[in-house]
Amino acid sequence: MSHHLPHGPQDGPGPVRGPAVVVRLAAIGAVVLIAAGGFAYTGGWLSPGRLSPDRVVDALEANNGQHPGFRRNHAKGICIAGTFKGNGAGSALSKASVFAGADVPVIGRLALAAGRPDVPDASSPVWSMALRFLPAAGDEWRTGMNNIPVFPVRDAEEFAGFLVAMRPEPATGKPDPAAVQAFLAAHPATAAALQTIKAAPPAASFATATYNGLNAFRFVNAEGEAAAVRWSMVPEQAGTEQPALSGPNYLFDELIGAVRQGPLHWQLVVTVAGPADVTADPTVAWPADRQRVAVGTLTIDTVEGEDTGSCRDVTFDPLVLPAGIEPADDPFPAARSAAYAEGLRRRDGEVKQPSAVQVSAVRAGEGG
Amino acid sequence: MSGHFTGTARLLHWLMAVLILTMLFIGVGMVSTVSTRYQLLVGIHRPLGIAILVLALIRLGWRLGHPPPPLPADLPTVQQALAKLSHYLLYLLMLVLPLVGWGMLSAQDYPVQLWPGVHLPPILPASPMLYATLRSAHTVLAYLFFATILAHVAAALMHGLVRRDGVFSSMAP
Repeated sequence: MSHHLPHGPQDGPGPVRGPAVVVRLAAIGAVVLIAAGGFAYTGGWLSPGRLSPDRVVDALEANNGQHPGFRRNHAKGICIAGTFKGNGAGSALSKASVFAGADVPVIGRLALAAGRPDVPDASSPVWSMALRFLPAAGDEWRTGMNNIPVFPVRDAEEFAGFLVAMRPEPATGKPDPAAVQAFLAAHPATAAALQTIKAAPPAASFATATYNGLNAFRFVNAEGEAAAVRWSMVPEQAGTEQPALSGPNYLFDELIGAVRQGPLHWQLVVTVAGPADVTADPTVAWPADRQRVAVGTLTIDTVEGEDTGSCRDVTFDPLVLPAGIEPADDPFPAARSAAYAEGLRRRDGEVKQPSAVQVSAVRAGEGG
Repeated sequence: MSGHFTGTARLLHWLMAVLILTMLFIGVGMVSTVSTRYQLLVGIHRPLGIAILVLALIRLGWRLGHPPPPLPADLPTVQQALAKLSHYLLYLLMLVLPLVGWGMLSAQDYPVQLWPGVHLPPILPASPMLYATLRSAHTVLAYLFFATILAHVAAALMHGLVRRDGVFSSMAP
């Protein structure tokens, strides 16, 4: 019917007829199918073996049970706030503005490294300090650190496998020893890391613990020189005496009491890797004689329960980095970033339950 | 009066076709992996999304000032309506998806970094439930965008290979 239409030079030769239509329709269908298939492959739907952020968070939920509204790991915590003041030494290593010497506001979180929000403090020997440095220039830095010297696994695949091996059995509430043994036998790096962790002196309290950022990053200074580093928060307050086991929240109670007495301080210490040190494997500690540079002081002068504090609804995503700090070849920052984003997506859509640690804002020196 | 889109319209169309398809594949790929590719893909996704938003605004402005050539008069009314509707949808999605992405980072109190040291301000207040809603919307709208693009490609190829009515060549590079 179209042959009666006036065809301009740009109007084309008119409809294809006959069997050629079928061939051309099939070609169009093939183009659409190939595009859709490529999209599905990229999204992982054709690769059930690919470790996705979903599967990592599913594994955490399988081990810890469902606790809507809470973090899928490090679920029991308290918000902290204060300032960081660089001493200038960090600027030789990194051009990040946080090291320049201005007072940088910090908000963060101290937590038990357990996946259940309702565990007694005594059940978790591993604790974490997570921080957001918020310099005036807006170049934010987020980091999470733990009071262990090394991490038990080398990458996200091993982490997921470790979670399966450590999954509590319904009958006993404990992992199957045979599964744990089998995992350790197959992963000597984990066995060695757990020995290193066990051999480290235990901390007595949140305030007197050293928190190690177990992953390696690159510091880049103003001259463009790069160095592989790890960092730690080393406490200025000493003390090896365990706080009294006053109740299920004894560690948090002790921390709240300590801040009531006065601010707490940590030195941020940056360890620079030697040229041959492995930076892609957080199960391996670097030799003790590596250059360690104290770059500034963290002062924590406020603690507040998560229900009202400012730390509950953010991820301490290790890829939130200022100019001057970059990811290295350590696979964990990317894996953490991806998995934290999935955990946040889930918990932010859930109704919040009250935290086990209930305390309204306490500022240093207020009462005691 | 030519039966072609203007050179500017065709340039914007094909440039954005490449950028948007790249963006959709990066997006669906980055949320499926915990490998170190994640940081590379996220690092591209954010500035590319803002680039698409800027280009979409320029393109919308150009389109409003330069009406497209008419569809063939013998195209059935239903197809005319579908063509119109799908183009409204494509314009809407190329504007809304970057804004939802920017908004969801704002709602989770996350820095909107284009590249190290360069940030955009938040466009929404921090709110967990708002974040969860926008995050889900970002995924659903991205799938809708990809499906609409597939329909658009199939329709364009129908015009170019079967109907041969000049519609395809009006936007051909």
